[in-house]
Amino acid sequence: MSSVRVLVGTRKGAFVLTSDGKRCDWKVSGPFFAGWEIYHMKGSPADPNRIYVSQTSGWFGQLLQRSDDGGKTWHQPGLPNEAIPPPGPPTALPNRFAYDTSAETGRPLTTHQWYDGTQHPWEFKRVWHLEPSLSDPDTVYAGVEDAALFRSTDGGENWRELAGLRGHTTGPKWSPGAGGMGLHTIILDPSNLDRIFIAISSAGAFRTDDGGASWKPINRGLRSQYIPDPNAEVGHCVHHIAMHRARPRVLFMQKHWDVMRSDDAGDNWREVSGNLPTDFGFAIDVHAHEPETLYVVPIKSDSEHFPIDGALRVYRSRSGGEEWEPLARGLPERNCYVNVLRDAMAVDSLGDCGIYFGTTGGQVYASADSGDTWAPIVRDLPAVLSVEVQTLQ
Amino acid sequence: MPTIRVLIPYHLRTLARAEGEVQLEVPAPVHIRAVLDALEARYPMLRGTIRDYATGERRPFLRFFACQEDLSLEPLDAPLPAAVIEGREPFLIIGAVAGGTATVG
Repeated sequence: MSSVRVLVGTRKGAFVLTSDGKRCDWKVSGPFFAGWEIYHMKGSPADPNRIYVSQTSGWFGQLLQRSDDGGKTWHQPGLPNEAIPPPGPPTALPNRFAYDTSAETGRPLTTHQWYDGTQHPWEFKRVWHLEPSLSDPDTVYAGVEDAALFRSTDGGENWRELAGLRGHTTGPKWSPGAGGMGLHTIILDPSNLDRIFIAISSAGAFRTDDGGASWKPINRGLRSQYIPDPNAEVGHCVHHIAMHRARPRVLFMQKHWDVMRSDDAGDNWREVSGNLPTDFGFAIDVHAHEPETLYVVPIKSDSEHFPIDGALRVYRSRSGGEEWEPLARGLPERNCYVNVLRDAMAVDSLGDCGIYFGTTGGQVYASADSGDTWAPIVRDLPAVLSVEVQTLQ
Repeated sequence: MPTIRVLIPYHLRTLARAEGEVQLEVPAPVHIRAVLDALEARYPMLRGTIRDYATGERRPFLRFFACQEDLSLEPLDAPLPAAVIEGREPFLIIGAVAGGTATVG
């Protein structure tokens, strides 16, 4: 019988929510890594028992955790799972994300643009997003702040930067947004193993067609009020991008303002905000079985990160954008002033597609009917940073 | 070889699955770097959490104390107080906090 496992990263730990395919009764496990910020956790499509976790702290830095048994137990990859290590030198540096400054990259990848326009050294801060390979449980990508893409091919034990991204000629022009300069979105093309999409706040979206060696900005058509040049190659504050596996050339984007669509793998974008009450927001996702059905959570503005009039609404378009309908059944009608962050929405792949999102108020809502009705799984977790779903057979 | 008593913050104790005070055999000369080296050798999961991986420097929000003295800004290879080396006082790694008051009542 099918079941679902919802992986929730919060400001103060990780939680695992499980249910059978009816998605009515839920078991809540956690907190795991209590007290630590869990920026993201995601399971391997190739082995659902393999789950990667980004565990971070302003005091203690970045850690990686891994489960090989579906979240029952965890360990730092490459380190012994007991206190006393075996003798000899360490074989892995699992928490080390060292920027590539080698001569082979062809450029001194040492600075990017700072808030005041000066050049600033790249400084690793944290892992925002972990994206396991579609086919190999031991291969996983990490999007980090300051923006860079890393890859591990040994289950998270060792990490190597795909430096061609940061080495793009526009790299020195990238600058952080209010939340830092994070690489927060990684999308692997299921039809082309050499194609990867990524997005950075606030540099924009990029694509590689050669497995990460070289990258191309894909921001044509984006308009940002704060950028005077309408054809600016980079500098756009992309909040999140979503793709349906069956149509990997079609991308949907929630930008700082504007919901956008591309039908040519990001080469060109057009706005599909349509009748949304506000097109500011963070999260965006696509229905598991309907490639033209997408979901956003409109947020009032970039100054007020909460729903309009305190009424939490998911908006659904069944036409690939432009025409949107509010989904409110089961969601708070009033006095709701939470935010839904960029990685905090996900879908399952059961027949009646389940939609899930978490809020900065600690609620995780689920819909088992494509968004028609909603109910909270939990109400009082720490602020939710990320939500991912595994559909288990 | 001196046995050094070390107190580490709660979150690092849970990470290392260590309870209470940690006792480490540290080769002479006993200085902060030698204590941290011994700590990370015993608990490799702590690598990178006290000293930045890239720079080797103390993380900004951690402080080192011993014998009621703040040693955070001392050179890493400066000798530790005799009371620490002799095991009469612990070496403390503290997560920095802000606010509060030093006096009560």
